[in-house]
Amino acid sequence: MSEPIIIARDVHKWYGHFHALRGISMEVHRGEVCVIFGPSGSGKSTFIRTLNRLEAHQRGTIIVDGIELSHDTRNIAAIRREVGMVFQQFNLFPHLTVLQNITLGPIQVRKWPKAKAEEVALQLLRRVGIPEQAHKYPGQLSGGQQQRVAIARALAMQPKVMLFDEPTSALDPEMIKEVLDVMIELAQSGMTMLVVTHEMGFARAVAHRMFFFDQGVIVESGTPEQIFENPQQERTKLFLSQILHHK
Amino acid sequence: MSVLSPTHGEVLPPPTERYTVLGWLRRNLFSTWYNGLLTLLAGGLIAWIVVPTWRWAGTEARWNVISDNFGLFMKGQYPLDQVWRLWLCLYLVALSAGLMWGVFVRRRELVGWVLLLIPVLTGVGLLLSGVRSWWQPLLMAGLGLGGVLVGRGAPTALRRPTLFLFVLTFPLCVLFVRGLDGIARMPRVPTNLWGGLLLALLITVVGIVVSFPLGVLLAFGRRSSLPVVRTLSVLYIEFIRGVPRITLLFMGQVMLPYFLPPGLTVDRVIRAMVAVILFSAAYMAENVRGGLQAIPRGQYEAASAIGLNSLQTTMFIILPQALRAVIPVLVGQFIGLFKDTSLVALVGLLDLVGIARGVLANPAYIGRQIEVYAFIAVVYWVFSYGMAYASHRLEKALGVGQR
Ligand SMILES: Nc1ncnc2c1ncn2[C@@H]1O[C@H](COP(=O)(O)OP(=O)(O)O)[C@@H](O)[C@H]1O
Ligand SMILES: [Mg+2]
Repeated sequence: MSEPIIIARDVHKWYGHFHALRGISMEVHRGEVCVIFGPSGSGKSTFIRTLNRLEAHQRGTIIVDGIELSHDTRNIAAIRREVGMVFQQFNLFPHLTVLQNITLGPIQVRKWPKAKAEEVALQLLRRVGIPEQAHKYPGQLSGGQQQRVAIARALAMQPKVMLFDEPTSALDPEMIKEVLDVMIELAQSGMTMLVVTHEMGFARAVAHRMFFFDQGVIVESGTPEQIFENPQQERTKLFLSQILHHK
Repeated sequence: MSVLSPTHGEVLPPPTERYTVLGWLRRNLFSTWYNGLLTLLAGGLIAWIVVPTWRWAGTEARWNVISDNFGLFMKGQYPLDQVWRLWLCLYLVALSAGLMWGVFVRRRELVGWVLLLIPVLTGVGLLLSGVRSWWQPLLMAGLGLGGVLVGRGAPTALRRPTLFLFVLTFPLCVLFVRGLDGIARMPRVPTNLWGGLLLALLITVVGIVVSFPLGVLLAFGRRSSLPVVRTLSVLYIEFIRGVPRITLLFMGQVMLPYFLPPGLTVDRVIRAMVAVILFSAAYMAENVRGGLQAIPRGQYEAASAIGLNSLQTTMFIILPQALRAVIPVLVGQFIGLFKDTSLVALVGLLDLVGIARGVLANPAYIGRQIEVYAFIAVVYWVFSYGMAYASHRLEKALGVGQR
C-alpha cells in the first residue's frame, strides 16, 4: 500500500481530569476503509474529531496528508479542506435549501463560481439518489435523505478523507440501508474512509481494517476476518457477542 | 350489533361539519354553563365601555382641535413649502416596500393581501395629508401597488436592484427631510422644526437602523473569548439595562456635550437619537444573545467541518438562524422603541406628545385633553399594530418555527 494519509501517534486527550484518549496510534492509507467500534464512551467520537480539530489533542502527533495538526490555524484550515465529516445528527443547516447546504463550502471556501458549485452539487445529489430534493429544506426530508444530503455536502469539498461518526445511529431501521448503500458505493469508489459504526454487515462488506476501542485505548485491531472469526482479546469477544446478538 | 364495519379499510373524505351560526355560538361561546356566564359578563363589560365612548366620540367630542392642528401633529413646524420632500420620502418608502413585497414574498395566497395594500396605503396617506390633498396619497398607493406588481413580474432580475433601493431608502429619506445647504431647492430644515409624527418616526427608524448592528456586535462581544471585549460588553449592557430610559434621555441632553470636542455642538434631536440608540442597543444585544444561545453546537461543528472560518460561520450559519428565531422579540422591542419616543417630549422635543402639550396650552382648545390624547393613542396604535402585523407576515413567509 501507498504512504499513510493519516498518521496518529500516541494521541492523548483529557476533558478536565478525565483521560478520554490514552495513547491512540493508527495509520490509515489512501483508499483504505477503517471501521472503529467499541462501547459507548470509549472515545471513538473524540478520536475522529481530533482528526479535523473539532477537538484539540493535548499530547502526541496527528499528521493528515502531510500536514501536522497544531494550534496554527492555517494548518487547521488546510486540513479541514481535505477532510469531510458526517455526523450522527446530520447537522444540516436548516435555513438553507439542500442545494445551498451543499454549495456553501465550495463557494465560500474553495471560491468556486456558483454555477460550477451547483453543477457539482446536482451530480452529487444524483449519486446519493435524491436529485429531486435539491430545492427543499432539510426539515422537509426524512432522516435517511438528510443523512445522504450530509454526505453529499461533505463530498462537495472533494475531500481526500471522509470521517463518519455513527452515521446511521439516529435513523429508523428502514432508512439505515439507504445510507449504508451510499457509503458502500463510496468505499468501492476508492475513497479513504474512517467510520465509527456498529453496522457489522457494512464492516464485513467493505472494511479493510477494524479497530476496537475501549476506555480510550485501541484494544485490538485487524482485518474483518481476524476480528470476527478470531478475536484475540476477551473484551473484543464479549463486545462482539453483545452487539451481534442484539441486532 | 353490526358484524363488520362496512367502511373498514376504505379511503374516506374527512367528516364535514355543518357550519351554522347557532352551532358556532354554542361551540365557542356557550359550550358550558360557566363559559356562557363568562360570555355574558364579557359582553356586558364591552358594552359598558364601548357604548358611552362611542356616544361621546359622536356627540360631545369636538374634533376640530385635531383637524385645525392636523399638520402640526403630523410634521411639527416643518415649513409648508418644503412638505413635498416628505411626500417624496413616502413615495420612496411605498415603492421600495412594494418591490420588496413583490420580489421576496412569493406565496400565492398572499396576492389577496397585496390588494389590501391599496386601501391601507391610501388610508395612511390620507391620514398624513389630512384629506386636504387627494393626489399624493393616491400616487403613493399607486407606487406601492406598482412596485408589488413589477416585483412579482420579474422577481429574479429585480432581486439586486430591489435590495439596493431598500438599503438606500433610509439614508435618502433622512437626506430629503434634512436637506443640504448646497442645494437651493432643498434647503436645510433645522431639526428644531422637525416635530409630531414625523419626529417620532425619524427617531424610531434611526434608532432601529443604528442600534441593530450595534446590538448584534454587543451580543457577540458578550460571548467573546477575549476577556476585555467580554467584560466591556457586559458592563455596558448591564449598566444601560439597569437605568430608566428617561434618565438616559436627560443624560444625553445634559452630558453628551461634555464628551464632544469643544466647538462641536450637537442639536437636541440628535442627542435624543443617540440616547435612544444607546438604550436600544443594549436590549437588542440581550435579545440577539437569546437567539445565539438557541443554536445547537452541531451547527458550529458542521460549519467548521466544511472549512468555513469563524466570520463565514457567523454570517452564513449562525446569524441568519439566530435572528430568524428572535424576529418576534425584536419586533416587540421596535414597537416599544416607537412608543417610548413619546418620552422625548419630557426633554422638550416636539413629538406627538410635545405638540399635544403645545396645542392644549392654546386658550382656544382648553379642556380638549381627551380628544387630543385619544387621537395620539390611535395614531400610535395604528403604527404599532402595523409593525406587529408586518412581522407576523414576515415570520410566516420565513417559516419561523416550521423548519
Ligand atoms: N465535551 C466533553 N466534556 C467532557 N467529557 C466529554 C466530552 N465529550 C466526551 N466526553 C467524555 O469522553 C468520553 C468519550 O466520549 P466519546 O468520544 O463521545 O465516546 P464514544 O463516541 O465512544 O461513545 C466519554 O466518557 C464522554 O463522557
Ligand atoms: Mg460517539
